[in-house]
Amino acid sequence: MTGDWDLAEECAQDAFALALERWQRDGVPRNPGAWLTTAARNRALDRLRRAVTGAAKLQEVAVLSTPTEPSDGDESGVADDRLRLIFTCCHPALSTEAQVALTLRTLAGLSTAEIARAFLVPEVTMAQRLVRAKRKIRNAAIPYRVPPAHMLPERTGAVLGVLYLLFNEGYAATSGAELMRTNLSREAIRLGRLLTGLMPDEPEALGLLALMLLHDGRRASRVDADGDLVPLEEQDRSRWDRDSIGEGLDVLALALRQRRPGPYQIQAAIAACHAAADSAADTDWAEIAALYGRLMAFLPSPVVQLNRAVAVAMADGPAAGLRLVEALETSGALAGYHLMPATRADLLRRLDRGDEAAAAYREAILLATTEAERRYLHRRLREVAGGDAGSG
Amino acid sequence: MRYLLLIADDEAMRAGWTPEDDAAMLAGYDAFGNEMGQRGVLRGGERLRPASDATTVRVRNGETLASDGPFAETKEQIGGYFVVDCKDLDEAIEVASKIPGAKHGSIEVRPIWEM
Repeated sequence: MTGDWDLAEECAQDAFALALERWQRDGVPRNPGAWLTTAARNRALDRLRRAVTGAAKLQEVAVLSTPTEPSDGDESGVADDRLRLIFTCCHPALSTEAQVALTLRTLAGLSTAEIARAFLVPEVTMAQRLVRAKRKIRNAAIPYRVPPAHMLPERTGAVLGVLYLLFNEGYAATSGAELMRTNLSREAIRLGRLLTGLMPDEPEALGLLALMLLHDGRRASRVDADGDLVPLEEQDRSRWDRDSIGEGLDVLALALRQRRPGPYQIQAAIAACHAAADSAADTDWAEIAALYGRLMAFLPSPVVQLNRAVAVAMADGPAAGLRLVEALETSGALAGYHLMPATRADLLRRLDRGDEAAAAYREAILLATTEAERRYLHRRLREVAGGDAGSG
Repeated sequence: MRYLLLIADDEAMRAGWTPEDDAAMLAGYDAFGNEMGQRGVLRGGERLRPASDATTVRVRNGETLASDGPFAETKEQIGGYFVVDCKDLDEAIEVASKIPGAKHGSIEVRPIWEM
């Protein structure tokens, strides 16, 4: 028989409860709010990892889960158990939604209500999702273990994918109503730290952590007071979180030292180019364009091609970028994607082709998915329309 | 844990195969049967007649309704199955991935409800 998921989860919950209890007993000041409580749980849990008493019950599960296999000579029972949990939660036989929900529930220790709020679904729906996922783990015998070496690259990719999705769910949130969601980014970073601690030889885990830290460092300047998106070139770089960026750069250096490049490391390297520049003009766009070229080898997606076109436009001028964008548009791969006409509009604007830019902005506005993006595109549209009136 | 591995592929596509293609497929299944038999995971399995020979049975309001054809109208049809006894889902997935039909069709892995 494979892992006893219920017992494992019960232990995880026990661990959180115990940690919380200790935290209160030891007199750490308790702050209001569910999220601070979560942070406290997390901190307490980190302490718990080192606590011998808490380890006993978890080791019991580990023995239960692998009765026929030797312990792989690892002595860190608790840490190892959490790694098993991560791989079980992110098993590809579970839907992505279920993977994310389980990860938040069992690894981040969020309540079902908190997860439901974060994904804007009723609590009942989220509870059902979790129940179904746990039932599948049990009935289909999804193993409770770290996958063997030949499966590890693929399965690690799935784990990293869940963390990055979690981060982006939070990162895309911009308004007060969605504040709960921004905390998802923090959870993703925390889980990323956990994962790199558990898998220190996995450069892509480090790459992802670096990428998230570098993005998160720019969070404060991404939207203005009205909640509108501020493009990178107009962001107030003095508001960037230098601690977060500094840590991101350190983590990226650690990853690159292993000389096994991958898509997360390359994306982090691109984010690092932005973070290192004092302004958009000072940015090493040629390097960024080259990095996007390398990223294409790992992620041959039209979105990567579009980003590369933007970098080329910055390095070699808008006309060079426009040629790439138009070629991509002809391929039809990104039909209906608002950033396609938005990018073309931006390049046409830079080329002083106001009428064509305005038409492309209008096209992008029709396709944009969020209010903030629409407002941004409308502002640009007024600029090009106004510029035309002035000069013409 | 026992799993049913349902092999689904597009019969119309296979109808266009040459005798050499067919022979290669059969050889692939022979090799799979030998490998998994030696490994001790194989509990059974059969090749099925085409979906055009299928009858689907449903009981509605106490009435037995038998109808022509497979239960789902999809591009792919169930062409055979194996029953395997594996230690967990990962092993079942790994075994399923070695079924020749996985390359052009798909394999549905269903845990068997042990009674």
